[in-house]
Amino acid sequence: MTKSELIEQVAEKIEGLTKKQTEIIVNEVLESIKNALASSGSPRVEIRGFGSFKVKQRRSRDGRNPKTGMQVSIEAKKVPVFKAGKELRERVDVGSAE
Amino acid sequence: MTKADIVNALYEKIGLSKKETSHIVEVVLETLKENLEKGHKIKLAGFGNFVVRQKVARKGRNPKTGEEIEISRRRVVTFRPSQILRKAVNQP
Repeated sequence: MTKSELIEQVAEKIEGLTKKQTEIIVNEVLESIKNALASSGSPRVEIRGFGSFKVKQRRSRDGRNPKTGMQVSIEAKKVPVFKAGKELRERVDVGSAE
Repeated sequence: MTKADIVNALYEKIGLSKKETSHIVEVVLETLKENLEKGHKIKLAGFGNFVVRQKVARKGRNPKTGEEIEISRRRVVTFRPSQILRKAVNQP
């Protein structure tokens, strides 16, 4: 499913809500999560029933270019991580029982 | 940041009530969950992809007791952040 398919599905479920309005809301929600994760400190976004996002610090390490075999150093960086919440985890796993 | 914070920052901007906005955000989340439940991949351009992966059964160990346990076959959700999101969290 793409973002525009998500928008269509949401707009269909709510009477009187246009696709345009839905699009703005979806984009704003994603934007606010992104901005929160980009803030300093150790940001955490918790969306109950869905999951939580946080930022993890990765140490610098030596790596290799898999094509050339040349050694390169990979700098320390932060990466966004997501952990599925209980409800999402259970629903997705039950889905496999069929 | 929580769901309530997201709604609070959003509702005035879009000119809907807090209640309506909160409902719409819940429907967005529910729609995402429904699709993941069906095993669908979700691609949110500029943000990232949520993918359902099938994990095979494997042996594990209780790290406290050392007892060997069977970790059953299961389905899990993984998230792959987009380049835009990866860059955003590394902005100085």
